[in-house]
Amino acid sequence: MRAVLELAGRHRLRAWEALPWAAALAAFFVFPNHLAFGTQLLITVLFALSLDLVLGYAGIVTLGHAAFFGAGAYTVGMLAQHLGWNEPLSSLAAAALVAGAIGLASGLVLLRTHGLTLLMLTLCTMALLEEAANMGARYTGGFDGMPGLGFQPLLGIFPFDVLFFRSQYLYALAVLFACFVVVRVLVYSPFGQSLTGIRENLLRMHAVGAPVRARLVLAYAISAALAGVAGGLFTQANAFVNLAVLGLDRAAGVLIILILGGYGRLYGAFVGALAYLLLEHALAKAYPTAWQLGLGLALMAVALYARNGILGIAASLHRRLGGRRAA
Amino acid sequence: MRSRLVSLFAAASLAAFAAGATAQTVKIGVVLTYTGVGAEFAQQIDRGMQMFVKLNPNAFAPYKVELVKRDAKNPGGADAKTAAQELITQDKVDIITGVIYSSNAIAMEPVVTAAKKPFLIMNAGTAWITNLSPVIARVSFSMWHAGHAMGDAAAKMMKAKTAVVGYTDYPPGKDSLIAFKTAFEAAGGKVIDEIPMGGPGKVPDFTPFFQRAKDRKPDVFFVFVPAGDHAVGVMKTYGALGMKQAGIRLIGPGDITQDTKLQSMGDAAVGLITVHHYNANLDNPANKRLVAAWKKEYGADSTPDFMAVQGYDGMAAIAHGVRANKGKLDADSFINSLRGWKFDSPRGPISIDPRTRDIVMNEYLSELTKSGGRLVQKNIGTIPAVKDMCKELRVDRCGK
Repeated sequence: MRAVLELAGRHRLRAWEALPWAAALAAFFVFPNHLAFGTQLLITVLFALSLDLVLGYAGIVTLGHAAFFGAGAYTVGMLAQHLGWNEPLSSLAAAALVAGAIGLASGLVLLRTHGLTLLMLTLCTMALLEEAANMGARYTGGFDGMPGLGFQPLLGIFPFDVLFFRSQYLYALAVLFACFVVVRVLVYSPFGQSLTGIRENLLRMHAVGAPVRARLVLAYAISAALAGVAGGLFTQANAFVNLAVLGLDRAAGVLIILILGGYGRLYGAFVGALAYLLLEHALAKAYPTAWQLGLGLALMAVALYARNGILGIAASLHRRLGGRRAA
Repeated sequence: MRSRLVSLFAAASLAAFAAGATAQTVKIGVVLTYTGVGAEFAQQIDRGMQMFVKLNPNAFAPYKVELVKRDAKNPGGADAKTAAQELITQDKVDIITGVIYSSNAIAMEPVVTAAKKPFLIMNAGTAWITNLSPVIARVSFSMWHAGHAMGDAAAKMMKAKTAVVGYTDYPPGKDSLIAFKTAFEAAGGKVIDEIPMGGPGKVPDFTPFFQRAKDRKPDVFFVFVPAGDHAVGVMKTYGALGMKQAGIRLIGPGDITQDTKLQSMGDAAVGLITVHHYNANLDNPANKRLVAAWKKEYGADSTPDFMAVQGYDGMAAIAHGVRANKGKLDADSFINSLRGWKFDSPRGPISIDPRTRDIVMNEYLSELTKSGGRLVQKNIGTIPAVKDMCKELRVDRCGK
C-alpha cells in the first residue's frame, strides 16, 4: 500500500525542486563574467535531459544523440545564413521540427533493433549526417563552419550580448525551463509510465497489449526534438556552427555527463552537467596542458564506486541516514 | 564543490585586479589547443613564443609581459570562444593570440571584435579569416601562400606541363587545390585530375587515389594532406607504387615535410619537392640562432618547425606593437602599428601587408635529400615577398 502511495505521489512537486532554478538565476547576478560558460552549461543540461528521456526512461541505448543536436544547430544556422530567417524563437521551433522529423524517420527504422545493433546504428546515423554536412560545404560551411551568424533581438527587445552572454544566459535558462516542464509532465504521464515499463520488462508490456514500438518511436522523436532545441540554442548563443556539433565527442560527452549525474532521474542531467563541466573548466583553467588527467581520475572513481552516478550516491545516503520512512 | 570554486574564481579575479593595477604589465591571452590532436602543434607554438622572449629579453622593455594560457581543447570552436571570452572579461588581457584551428579563430572573432582587443593569429590558415574583422592580424600563413607559390614554381622552375592534385577533403585541402590550380594554369600548365582523398580525421589507405593519379601520367603530382601522420602515409604509398620510377614527381606544400616528422618518412621521400615558408635547414643568421638555442633547450633531437617560428614571430609582432603604442593597447592603434611592420625572422624577411593585415613572406622551394643518414631539406629556390594571393586576386570570400 505504501509503495502504491509513493508511486502515485511521485509526480508531486517538492520544495527543493525550486532550488536549481533559483541557483541558476542567482548565478546570473553573482557571476556576471562567467555567463558564456554558464550558457554552454545550460545548453548541455538541456541536451543531457533530452538523452535522459530515451536512455533513462525508455531504455534506448544510443551513441548518436548528437545527430539531433547537430540537426537543430544546422537548421538554425542555415536558415539564418541562406534565408535570412533569424528570428530566434521561430527558428528554434524550426530546429525542433527538423530534428524531431529526423528522429521520427530514423527511429522508425532503427528501433526495430536493440542492444549493440541499435548502438551501432545510432552511431552510423550520426556519422552519415556528419559526412553530409562535410560534403555539403556550400550550404553548411564544412569543417570551418558558418561564421558571424546574426540574430534578431529576443522578442524584439533584448539583443544578443556578444561579449558577456547576458541575454543568451537568460534565454537558455527560459528555454531549458520550458523543456524541463515538458519532460517532467511527460515522464509522469501514463505515456512516461509505459516507457518505464518497456525499459523494465519488455515482454510483459507486449503481453498487456501496449503498443511498444510506437511508444518508443514517439519517445525517440520527442527526445530528438528537444536535442534539436539544444542545438539551435547553441548556434544562436554562439553565433556560429561547425562540424563539431555532430561529432562522436559531443555524443559520448553527453552520455558521460548523464551517467555521471544519474540517468532516469530527471535531475541527473543537471547534476552531471554541473559537476562534469565545472570540474573540466576549473581544471583546464588551472592546468591547460594536464587537466584531462584530473578529469579522467574523477570519472574512474565514479565508474568504480558510484555506479548510479552522483544522484545515486545521494539517494543511497538518504536511505541510510534516516530516510527509511520513504522506503 | 561549488564553494571551493567560488573561492577559486574570487582569487582569480582578485589576481586579475592586482595585475591590472600595475600599468607596466601587458597581459597576453594565449588560446592554443594544448590537449588532444592539436597538442603537438600547441607545444611548438608555445615553445616558439618562449624562445623569442629568451633570445630577446629586452624586446618588451620597459614593459613586462604576462602570458595567460588557456586550452582550446578541440577544433569545435565553443571552448575556444569561452576561453577568449573569459580571458577578456575575467583576466582582462590586452591581446588575444595563438589559435591552431581556423574553426576556432572563426568562433572567437565576434567576442574579440566586440571587446575591441587586438587578435593576432599564430596559425589558423583559412585565407578569409583576416577579412572577418579589422582587429585581426596574422603572422602565420594562408593556405594560398604555399599553394599558389608551388603552382607557379611547378610551371616555371620545374617546367611541368600537366599536374594531378590529390587533397584531403576539408577547407585547407580545397584552398590548396584552388591556389595551386590558379597559379599553375595561369603559368601555362594544366591540372588534368583532382582527387579528393578522404577527411582529415584519420589516415586513409592512399593506394587507390595514388593509382588513379599514376594512371593519368602527369609530370607532377601535387598532394595536400594535413601535417603529421598523413604525410608519412603519402610517402610510403608513393614509394610502394613506384611512382618515382614512372617519372611522376611528388610535390606539395611544406605541411607534408614538417621538420618534426621528417625522419620517419623513409627513403622514398628523397627527391620530394615542397614549397613552404620555413624549414629548419634555412640558412640565415636568425634561424641558426633559433635552431641552436632550441636544441640546447629541448634536446639535440628536437627541432623547431614552421609552427614554432610562427609563435616566435608572433611574439616579435606583439613586442613591436606594445612598444610602438607605449603599452596602451586598443585594437585600432595596435593593428595600425603592425601595418607595414618588418622583421628579420628565422624564416627570412617578413612584413605585415598594410591593406590586408596578413603576412608577406618568402616561400622556399626545397628538395628532400639525404645527408649523413638523415633527411634534410635543401633549398633550391626562393620566391620572395609572397602575399596571400586569395586576397590579391579576390577569389570568392577573400574578395570581401
